[in-house]
Amino acid sequence: MLQEHCKLLAVLKETGEIVGRKKLQKLIYIAKKLEFPFFEKYQFHMFGPYSEELNLRVEEMCHLMFVEEVKEKKAGYYQYRYTLSQKGDEFLQLSDYELPKTKEILNEINSKSSKFLELVSTVLYFEDLTRKEVEEKVFTLKAKQNYTIEDITEAYEFIENLRKQTISAVM
Amino acid sequence: MTSRYGMLEEEKVFKDPVHRYIHVRDELIWELIGTKEFQRLRRIRQLGTTFLTFHGAEHTRFNHSLGVYEIMRRIVENMEKREHFDPEERLVCLSSALLHDVGHGPFSHSFEKVFHTDHERWSREIILGDTEINSVLRGMSDDFPKKVADVIAKTYQNKLVVSLISSQIDADRMDYLLRDAFYTGVSYGNFDMERILRVMRPKEDQAVFKHSGMHAVEDYIMSRYQMYWQVYFHPVTRSAEVILSKILHRAKHLFEQNYSFMDKPKHFESLFSGKITLEDYVKLDESVILYYFQEWQEEKDPILSDLCQRFMDRRLFKYVECDPSVQMKVWPELIQLFGKIGFDPNYYLVIDSSSDLPYDFYRPGEEEERLPIHLLMPNGDLRELSRESDVVEAISGKKRTDHKLYFPQDVLEDDKTFPIEKKQILKLLTSQEG
Repeated sequence: MLQEHCKLLAVLKETGEIVGRKKLQKLIYIAKKLEFPFFEKYQFHMFGPYSEELNLRVEEMCHLMFVEEVKEKKAGYYQYRYTLSQKGDEFLQLSDYELPKTKEILNEINSKSSKFLELVSTVLYFEDLTRKEVEEKVFTLKAKQNYTIEDITEAYEFIENLRKQTISAVM
Repeated sequence: MTSRYGMLEEEKVFKDPVHRYIHVRDELIWELIGTKEFQRLRRIRQLGTTFLTFHGAEHTRFNHSLGVYEIMRRIVENMEKREHFDPEERLVCLSSALLHDVGHGPFSHSFEKVFHTDHERWSREIILGDTEINSVLRGMSDDFPKKVADVIAKTYQNKLVVSLISSQIDADRMDYLLRDAFYTGVSYGNFDMERILRVMRPKEDQAVFKHSGMHAVEDYIMSRYQMYWQVYFHPVTRSAEVILSKILHRAKHLFEQNYSFMDKPKHFESLFSGKITLEDYVKLDESVILYYFQEWQEEKDPILSDLCQRFMDRRLFKYVECDPSVQMKVWPELIQLFGKIGFDPNYYLVIDSSSDLPYDFYRPGEEEERLPIHLLMPNGDLRELSRESDVVEAISGKKRTDHKLYFPQDVLEDDKTFPIEKKQILKLLTSQEG
């Protein structure tokens, strides 16, 4: 029961801490696009793919005290830190749920900045388009982020690398 | 390429209980309404299983789509001569409003959960694929279908256009709140839409609302809040959704086990095998699904037939409120006891969470992802709604999550078999309620 919740608890256990709601959103989206078993529904929003379902699920786990959320004031905005609580860990153990081999990949994604993950998830969102069309989408829909061609190249390389790691992790 | 469409010689109208009349003057819109993919929406209810709770809720995605189109038509009429709105986008706005839900399947919410499909992806396929809708849209220009698909996917370059159909206060939400309130018969879903449209002003990225119209917007937020708790989140509807999902899971499981169905479920085959085509998808509607549920009542598999009988005869599961953080330790025992009495807990003991539902509350700007509602102050500044309105502030950021545990109470109260185990299950379930 509550298997989708357990998956998120397992992600927090694997990563230790996720800083920022945006990062959490993009991390799960990227993992989903890598064919890991996450089923939260995503739509395109201001900062790329965003899942209201995931947002609410995290809120539920904060209310259940399975997840600790720390709100920090930054210059002009609030930032949220997420960690697995002891109660959450206990629930995870009782549920007996185990994620596929994701630890290294999740940590690699988590080590990147939210801004970069926003770009990576946007590239993944439009992956059916040609590279040129993706660039056009990034420059028009994400004009305020001032991404460069080099950033987009880095995003493509990052995705390719993640995909290679995913294949070797499941073999 | 020049458009092959102009204006109709004579305006067409649809009588509508929510907006009184829906006016169609554009040939393009009239042609789109006549396509088979749009007509299919007549056979898909707007609120899925809610009709089992509120018997009036039989309205369809067809009614709603026309309603969203009508609201958009009025918005565009109001905005057409204002700064920031590009009149060239008028037909993009109207077509997107009309087609925004065209990819919805039967009992969409449960279907998407079970089969991991996405109605937005299907909307895109219907608009861009080999369909009557695509053919009509291409009559405007070759790139017109893509523009409409991009607006619906929220990836269109003109963010104002996207926001009119998808934001915290948009044509879609305004129609479904009014329409769902009307058809369910509840009295609290109403708000003054005419007033909201009058105070709506286009800006670069979204529409904002004149401060003088704040109370009409407050009413809309209250309506959304109350409909959420009273209609969308109704525990009986959730029970029906639980059973519906379990039927689909069971049928899929049986198919994968090469079970021999009495009546071959040909409409489901590509869905079960994960290879559904556009042609198969548009053949699915609620009449088809209910036909199978009717047939499956006679199946030899006891789980499938029981769940279908429950759905068709409205013998739904009961529920207890549940706090997983407190009661998690009794779940293994409950699961074991359900196994003992011969009821697979994967189908007969189901937890349903608020995050499983497709509706949400208004949230102020803290999300970083969704633009909040902005008020246009008399001095030209923009202020987020909850900072100006005590009413909205009071209902923003409140606890809005819950979990319910569903089970077949009728089975547990029948003490002809396994009386001790059933008594113990009922005791454990009752102890779930804090």
